[in-house]
Parts: sequence; C-alpha cells; structure tokens
Amino acid sequence: MKRFSYHRADSVADAVQALCATPDARIVAGGTNLVDLMKYGVETPSALVDVTRIASLNGIDDTDEGGLRIGALVPNRTVAEDERVAARFPLLASAILAGATPQLRNAATTGGNLNQRTRCYYFYDTKTPCNKREPGSGCPAIGGVNRLHAILGASEHCIATHPSDMCVALAALGAEIRVEGPNGPRRIRFADYHRLPGDAPERDNTLQPGEIIEAVLLPPEAEAFAGHHSYLKLRDRLSYAFALVSVAAALDIREGRIVAARLALGGVAHKPWRREEAEAALVGSPADEAAFAAAATQLLEGAQGHEHNTFKIELARRAILRALGQAAAGTPQSQTDKRIA
Amino acid sequence: MPAHAIVGTQTVPIEITLNGKRRSLEVSPVTTLLDLLRNHLDLTGTKKGCDHGQCGACTVLIDGQRINSCLQLAVMQDGKSITTIEGLAQDGRLHPLQAAFIEHDAFQCGYCTPGQICSAVALIEEGHTTSREEIREFMSGNLCRCGAYTNIVDAIEDVVGRRRQPVQEAAE
Repeated sequence: MKRFSYHRADSVADAVQALCATPDARIVAGGTNLVDLMKYGVETPSALVDVTRIASLNGIDDTDEGGLRIGALVPNRTVAEDERVAARFPLLASAILAGATPQLRNAATTGGNLNQRTRCYYFYDTKTPCNKREPGSGCPAIGGVNRLHAILGASEHCIATHPSDMCVALAALGAEIRVEGPNGPRRIRFADYHRLPGDAPERDNTLQPGEIIEAVLLPPEAEAFAGHHSYLKLRDRLSYAFALVSVAAALDIREGRIVAARLALGGVAHKPWRREEAEAALVGSPADEAAFAAAATQLLEGAQGHEHNTFKIELARRAILRALGQAAAGTPQSQTDKRIA
Repeated sequence: MPAHAIVGTQTVPIEITLNGKRRSLEVSPVTTLLDLLRNHLDLTGTKKGCDHGQCGACTVLIDGQRINSCLQLAVMQDGKSITTIEGLAQDGRLHPLQAAFIEHDAFQCGYCTPGQICSAVALIEEGHTTSREEIREFMSGNLCRCGAYTNIVDAIEDVVGRRRQPVQEAAE
C-alpha cells in the first residue's frame, strides 16, 4: 500500500476542509472497498480522512417529512436489522441482506455503499488499460471478458456496472442523498446521484470536490410499497457474489389494480437502472403477467449484450416477471432460502 | 495534538483493549489490523488468507462485531475492544465453539478455523441460527477450501442447542 497521511476528522466541516485542502484525499469509514483498492494500487490517495468519529453521521431517525434519515456511517447490517426499516421499507432490508457477507455488512457503511467502485476485473488489474482508472487508456472489457458487465446505458469508453444491491433498492424507493460541501448542504435525488459512463467513466457519481455524504433520506410515500415488494438477485453462486442481474420490484395494489409501481435493475448498468415509462406502464393495470411483460419490455428497451453477457437480456426479462409476481403475491424472495418461488 | 491534526506518514499512538488487556501502541497509518496482530503483536492465530476480504480467515471481533481484520486500518481502531481467537478460551477452558469444532471434526487443514470460530461466536450472538440454511447463509463470509462445511454447521448447531437447553429446563 502506498503511504498516505491520516487525518481523523472531528466534524463534517473539518472533513470538508481536509478534502478541499488535499484534492486527492479520500474519505475512509468502513474501509471494505477503499482499503482493498489501495492494496491493489487502484486507489493511491495521498491522504485519508477518517470520518468515523463524527457523531452527526450516525443514527437512523424519523424525519419531519415522515420518512427515515439514515446517517452515512450507519453500517449496512444495522440498516437491514432496524425495525423501522424492516416494517416500512422492507425492500431495502432485503436488498442489503442479498449482498456481501455478515463481516462486510458489519463494516460497510451506508455512504460507502453508495460510493463503492465497480468490480470490473480490468478496473482492478493495474497491468491492463481502463478508462475508469486511467482516462483515455482504453476499455479491454469491450471485446474482452465481460460476463459481469453492462447491457444498458454503457458507452464506447466503459461497460462497467455498479455493484451495489442496496443502491438498487434505494433507487426504487426514490431515496434522496443529503451532502455537505464547501458551498453548503444540498439534496440529490437518487436517480441523479450515480452517472452513466459516457465519455467520463472515471466519474462514478455527481458528488462535487470537497463534498461528503451526510445521510440517505427515505421518503414517506415509499412506505406504500411495504406490502408488495421483492428483491430478486441472480448470480453465479448463491451467496457472496455480485449480481448478474438483480431486480427491485415494488407495487402499491388497491382493489386489484396497480396504483403505483417501482422497478429498478442491478448488475446491468453503470447505475441502478430505472425508467419511469416502465413503471407508468404498470399503473392502472391488474397485477398480471401481461402488465409485467410490458414493463419488462420498456425497462429493457435498447439493451445490448457483449460477447459473454448477451444472456443477461433474457435473464433480466424473466427476472423482472418473477420479481413482480413475487411482489404482487406479497411473497418477497427470501435471502436465506435461495429457492426462487 | 488536536483530533483532526494531519499526522502524515509517521506513526500514530492508539489505545485498544486486546483480548481483555489495555494496550498502548504506535502504528503506521498503512498497517492493517491483521498485520498489526500477526506481525507486531505475535498473535498469529488470526490468519491471512486472501488479504482482500473475500475468505474470512482474518475474522476477529471488534466491539463484539465480526469484521475482516485485513480491511481495517489499525490506526482507526483507537478506543476499540478487539477479541481474537487467542482471547476466546477462559481460565484455561476452551470456548464451547472451539470444543465443538474439535468434537465434530469441523476442519481439515485448520487454516480457516480461527476465522470460522470467531465468525460463529458472533453469529450465535446475532441469532441467525434458526435453521441449517440460515447458519450456512450467515457463515458465507468464511470459506473452507477443505470443504468442512457440513461439520462446521454441525458444530455450530450443537453449541446453539446446548445454549437453548438450560433455558428449556428452567422453563420446565
């Protein structure tokens, strides 16, 4: 690991100041992704800003708007096991439990989960070019080994995927992110947080220099999906593997008709993949296979496979149907019993 | 020194409670908790497998939580209480899980065993032990390349059952 300066921040303002003073500094909290990347030489910050002692970044609290505020430092496991999250936003708890391992979920934080980097093999391998790691050097995943890679929203510069399960649920629930920075606080819609690669794949998200995530906000209207949701994750082994395709499905069904729907995909794009047209296609319909198929077609419009992942297009279509069926039936996918009902 | 001072690449003083004993240490910011334990404190029970958080051999308990020590920086552990495999036996008696692993032959080469046992100690505290499927899922962060999984689950189930028994007897 390359040597670095260590800065233990005692407040958000202090952390922001430290980030502004050292532009290549990185925030460290759970360490599960950043320390790993530093060992590989993919991340080589000259300074780390330890934010784990900042009390205001802790806690899960009810908001004035009637939702929940999850502090950036709250570990993934704490979110998944929180009674309010389980009762009001069970899709989020389920998605978190679909990812990583108990040890990693104990250490990994809410803010860190958002900011984790792709697990593209070429991004990790400093012996190969990678536009995300070294802008302009090329993308060997295009024409290379690309089983884990994107089928939607990719560019000629990068076909990496965002690896998070938690973020797929947060996208579906319409969360917001509260950040603090040199120009004061602001709130970012979840859909606007992560980026598509375009011609700047080195930028994963829209966080500006010196900004730090303070909290994730869950809106009260997303509680309407607590009765009909499912997080279905398909992968090469049943535990502790990144998604080939995952689906977060959430429905609000009244008198047999869908009055609101949310649908997001993981493992298929540079960000959780959501398209409002697909959700609109469900609204007003009975919760049946015809409606689900129409939504799947909308959500996967324009999907394009590569040498090793074209199968993901049909896999995603079927997973969408299955997850919506599970959600409609009120029988969400178990993250312990991996049989798909 | 204020809490937020840039300390550069020099060593940083930390205080931790390690297996019940207070320790004052000087650590370099680049040193992981795993390397601190093994290379600086001669606590070699905690194993380095992949060194990337993928195998679980380095699992220790930090403030009672199971954590991959290979991905933790030692400098960030200031004030924490850390328990390693060396700290589980009490008064010369093996921890029930250590005894159960021996009884059930829950290992072959033994390299993953300290991590498996530390992980299982936390698993039982967490309570994710209602079925073999649940135990397997919640032990998925600990790989065993010898494939002793069946006996590892047996050992954990045995300890879970023994912990339940006294409660049942008391209820009767």
